[in-house]
Amino acid sequence: MSGEKKTGLIDAKRRQFLGDAARTACGCAVAATFLTVWQAQAKALPADAIRPPGALPEEEFLGACVRCGLCVRDCPFDTLKLAELGETGPATGTPYFTARDVPCEMCEDIPCVVACPTGALDHSLTNIDDANMGVAVLIDQENCLNFLGLRCDVCYRVCPLIDEAITLEVRPNLRTGSHAVFVPTVQADFCTGCGLCEKACVLPESAIKVLPQRIARAESAEHYRLGWEEKAKAGNALVPGVIDLPDRVPDATPFEPVFKPGKGRP
Amino acid sequence: MTSAHLDSVVCERPKHGWLRRNRFLLLRRGVQLFTLALFLAGPWAGLWIVKGTLTSSMTLGVLPLTDPFLMLQALVSGHWPELTGIIGVAIVVGSYAVFGGRIYCSWVCPMNVVTDSANWVHRMLGLKKGWQPKKQTRYWVMAMTLLVAAGTGSLAYELVNPVTMLHRGLVFGMGFAWASVVMVFLFDVFVSRHGWCGHLCPMGAVYGLLNIQSLLRVSAKNREACDDCMDCFEVCPENHVISPALRGKGDDTPLILNRDCTACGRCIDVCDLDVFSFTHRFDTQLIQPTSIEPIQHDPAPIKAMGGHK
Ligand code: SF4
Ligand code: SF4
Ligand code: SF4
Ligand code: SF4
Ligand code: SF4
Repeated sequence: MSGEKKTGLIDAKRRQFLGDAARTACGCAVAATFLTVWQAQAKALPADAIRPPGALPEEEFLGACVRCGLCVRDCPFDTLKLAELGETGPATGTPYFTARDVPCEMCEDIPCVVACPTGALDHSLTNIDDANMGVAVLIDQENCLNFLGLRCDVCYRVCPLIDEAITLEVRPNLRTGSHAVFVPTVQADFCTGCGLCEKACVLPESAIKVLPQRIARAESAEHYRLGWEEKAKAGNALVPGVIDLPDRVPDATPFEPVFKPGKGRP
Repeated sequence: MTSAHLDSVVCERPKHGWLRRNRFLLLRRGVQLFTLALFLAGPWAGLWIVKGTLTSSMTLGVLPLTDPFLMLQALVSGHWPELTGIIGVAIVVGSYAVFGGRIYCSWVCPMNVVTDSANWVHRMLGLKKGWQPKKQTRYWVMAMTLLVAAGTGSLAYELVNPVTMLHRGLVFGMGFAWASVVMVFLFDVFVSRHGWCGHLCPMGAVYGLLNIQSLLRVSAKNREACDDCMDCFEVCPENHVISPALRGKGDDTPLILNRDCTACGRCIDVCDLDVFSFTHRFDTQLIQPTSIEPIQHDPAPIKAMGGHK
């Protein structure tokens, strides 16, 4: 009799326990769902928020960075800042910089990376020239002074990797017909995304801007081959016996003396 | 029982002064403020003692400290940290596990000031307990945050963690982080007594796990003197931990061994009969009742009146 009572009591206790556990689990499941949805929404990194040098790809970065701010503290130029709650910016507490405000000065010893205790900033980055924070893009060709035919050249001159990451490409000035245009041209493979050019652009709103790779860069189709490169590799024409037709140039070409299509730079 | 008799009982009972009744509270506020000052000396005065935040810091360029809960989230989201991070976690886990896990909660964490104040307001307003989730809830919350981290591959909980947000806010800039702090405050005042630190915070849960075998303990050494005024139960943020030690009989240990005890010392503060004291976990000694009995009365009527306030 008392044994029965006892098992009854244990049953009631177990029921109570299971009930409590189920309730708590449901509550946690609801919270987890909200958190997952929120995190999915907070993932969108704005285009002008650039991660510090060596930052892992965004997806991995968000799972590695503990939002401690040590990278921010060790940046001697106060380039980096931590995203604050409510800012329409990167995930709360994660480090980033806005190139037009304070660009990355590309420190040789990369103190931000060294300071990172988690490796969210990859410690295998030891040469700052290999950094890949983003890519500068000369985004407004209508207002860029060089495109207008002047010799501003400021973005080109400030680049720590001048003539590698950014070059001046000479083009005919079609407006005057007798001058050249020196087009600041970013070589994406070399550009570190430091943003010094964006910061230095003399216009009230920069004509050249650092953008994240995902926005700035296209991807060549896997099966594309560049004929001239393949030809150089092979050492001879890939399709033998093709006749080289003469280049057709418009009759009254105004830039005849300086510019010959197909002949490269004068 | 006449009221004259009751008065005489109250008069006989010793009453500590304000300073004595708040010494550990003041000491804790001092330590919390000092900790914050260490982090702020750099940005405010250019005196770089501690860099970073409580989630991970570097002291004088040699001592790395990293919060285990944050690192746990990073680990389950699939990232293996650098050596400094691992050393930092090892130092934090080691020292808290040895000295007392939840010391973090009451002596370091800035949110403690918020929830203590919330509880003070709660008491002043004489509000009901409100929603009281089960004691295991914080471990469920902790498991939930880790599951979400594993599922999303991201420290998703850090988007809402009011604790890290508050400290980061104080050291780096608040943004809207104050809103989550206000939410915790209001939750603790109006929804659930000791709701945040006492039931939900997953960081507290992790430090609680580190508290299981740690040395620093509060002991109800002088429990024979207790006259059931209930002051300690009133102030303790985890008051279920008190009974086994205080109400223990004979050989029952007077040590508060429950991992939820935050070693805040509030019970020591408020007890006019000096029942509690800080000690280590191997000190199971009891103070024998003194020959001069301070109080000769039946506590029942006082309990009936709601105890001494
Ligand atoms: S490389 Fe130097 S300037 Fe650039 S973010 Fe790091 S510490 Fe700052
Ligand atoms: S130091 Fe590393 S973990 Fe800390 S905020 Fe910077 S990137 Fe994140
Ligand atoms: S961002 Fe601009 S300045 Fe920096 S490497 Fe690229 S082109 Fe040069
Ligand atoms: S600094 Fe600005 S305006 Fe000058 S050449 Fe560069 S992009 Fe053009
Ligand atoms: S038992 Fe005492 S020291 Fe422990 S949490 Fe409660 S009041 Fe604080």
